[in-house]
Amino acid sequence: MATPPALQTARHCPYAPPQEHTRIRDADGGVGRVTLGSGQEAWVLSRLDQIRTMLTDARFSSDRQDPNFPRFSPGGRPTGGMRPSLIELDPPAHGAARRAVVGEFTVRRMADLRPRIQEIVDEHIDAMLAGPRPADLVRDLALPVPSLVICEQLGVPYADHDFFQVRSAAVLRRDTSAEDRDRVVHELVGYLKDLIASKAEDPPDDLLGRQLAQGRDPEDVLSLAFLLLIAGHETTANMISLGVVTLLERPDELARMLEDPERTLPAIEELLRVYTIAEFANARVTTEDVEIDGVVIPAGEPVVALSNAANHDPSAFPDAERIQLDRGARNHVAFGFGIHQCLGQNLARMELQVVFDTLFRRVPTLRLATPADELPYKDDAFIYGIHELPVTWGEAA
Amino acid sequence: MTRIVAELDRCIGAGQCVLADPGAFDQREDDGTVVVLEEHPADDTAVQRARTAVDTCPSRTLSLVE
Repeated sequence: MATPPALQTARHCPYAPPQEHTRIRDADGGVGRVTLGSGQEAWVLSRLDQIRTMLTDARFSSDRQDPNFPRFSPGGRPTGGMRPSLIELDPPAHGAARRAVVGEFTVRRMADLRPRIQEIVDEHIDAMLAGPRPADLVRDLALPVPSLVICEQLGVPYADHDFFQVRSAAVLRRDTSAEDRDRVVHELVGYLKDLIASKAEDPPDDLLGRQLAQGRDPEDVLSLAFLLLIAGHETTANMISLGVVTLLERPDELARMLEDPERTLPAIEELLRVYTIAEFANARVTTEDVEIDGVVIPAGEPVVALSNAANHDPSAFPDAERIQLDRGARNHVAFGFGIHQCLGQNLARMELQVVFDTLFRRVPTLRLATPADELPYKDDAFIYGIHELPVTWGEAA
Repeated sequence: MTRIVAELDRCIGAGQCVLADPGAFDQREDDGTVVVLEEHPADDTAVQRARTAVDTCPSRTLSLVE
C-alpha cells in the first residue's frame, strides 16, 4: 500500500482547516489515513459526530505509553521520569485522579476568582498604557495574565514565571529538537519537585498545597503540576491574542458585543470554535477493532482527531466557515470531548471574558499596528497563536 | 413530564451543564460533580436549556426522560 500523505500541520489561513482535511471530511466519508511527523501512519477522523464518538468510546485509549499512541515528532516522548498525568490515564484510574482536582476548577470557583483576575488585567493594561506605542499585546497582556493566574493558583512564586514561560513555549514548539525537549522537561520537573517538597511539611492554602493536604502522593502532584503549568501558560494567551485581532477586525460586531455583557461568552465560544488552537490534542490508540461509519479501524492503531476540520463541519455548524460572534454554539470540540475534556476550560473562559470585557472598554481606540495578515502566526507550534501582536491607541500620529 | 437524570459515576465535572443553565445545575464543591437543582424543567425554555446541557455534557452523564 502507498504511504499516506503527511498530516497537514501548517495553517494557510489562521482559522480555516486545510483542504487536505476538508476533503477527507466532505468527500471521503470523514475517515482517512495520514503519515505523522514521527513517520508513523495513523487514522484520522474529521466529522464532529465521529470525533465526539471517538472521545466518548472507551475502546479509544489515552495511554501514551502504548507504542502505537500517535507521535507527532520523531524521537521518544520525554516523560521526565514522571508518572502518567490525568490526560494519559484511562478509566478507572482517570476518574479518581480527575475528581481529586476538578473541584478547583468549577464554574463557581472560577466566578470567585473573577475579582482577582480583574485586578491582574487592569494592572497589565495600566502598565501597557504607560509604556511606549506600539506595544506588544502578547508580551504585555496575553501571556502574563494567564501566567500570573496559574502561578498564583498553583502556588508557584511569580518571580519564577519567566522560567516557566520560556520552557513551556519550548516544549510546545514543533521545531524543538528531541534533546532540547528532554532537557527542558527535566529542568521543569526538577524545579517542580523542589517546590512540592518545600510545601510538603506544612501544606499552604494553594492548589498544590491542598492536593498534598488531601494526602495525595507527591509523585502524582508533580505530574499534575506539570500538566497544569504547561496547559495554563500558552493556550489562554494564544486565544487572547487571536481573539483581540478577530474582534478589532470586526468593529461592528465588537460594538454589538460590548452593548451587552451577556454577549461576551457566546463570542468566546465562537472564537474557540473557529481557531481550535489545540488542533491535534485529541489523539488516541484503539484497544479493540472499532467501526466508524462503515470503516473498521483495527485494534492497536493510532487515531488523530482533526478537531479543526470538525469544528468547521458544515453538517454541524451552518455556514461553518463564517465567524458569527452571536452563533451561540457550544457543541464544538475546541476543549476536546469525553472524560478528558479540558480541566481548565472554565478558567480559560473567565480569563478571556475579563480581558475582552475590559480591554475594549478601557481602550476604545485600540487598533492593530501591523495588518492582521502580516502578523507572525505560530505555524511552528503544537498550539496555534501569534508570536507578537503590535497594537497602538489614542489619536493617530 | 420531562425529567433530568444524572448518572453521577460518569460525571467528570466539566461544568458544561452549569453553563447551559445555572438555575438548574450546580457542581459539588469537593469533586466538581453535578448537582441537579431542578429535576423537572418548568417550561419550554428550561427544556431547551436542559437539551443543551445533555448535548454538551462531555461524559454523557445527563439524559432527559419524558
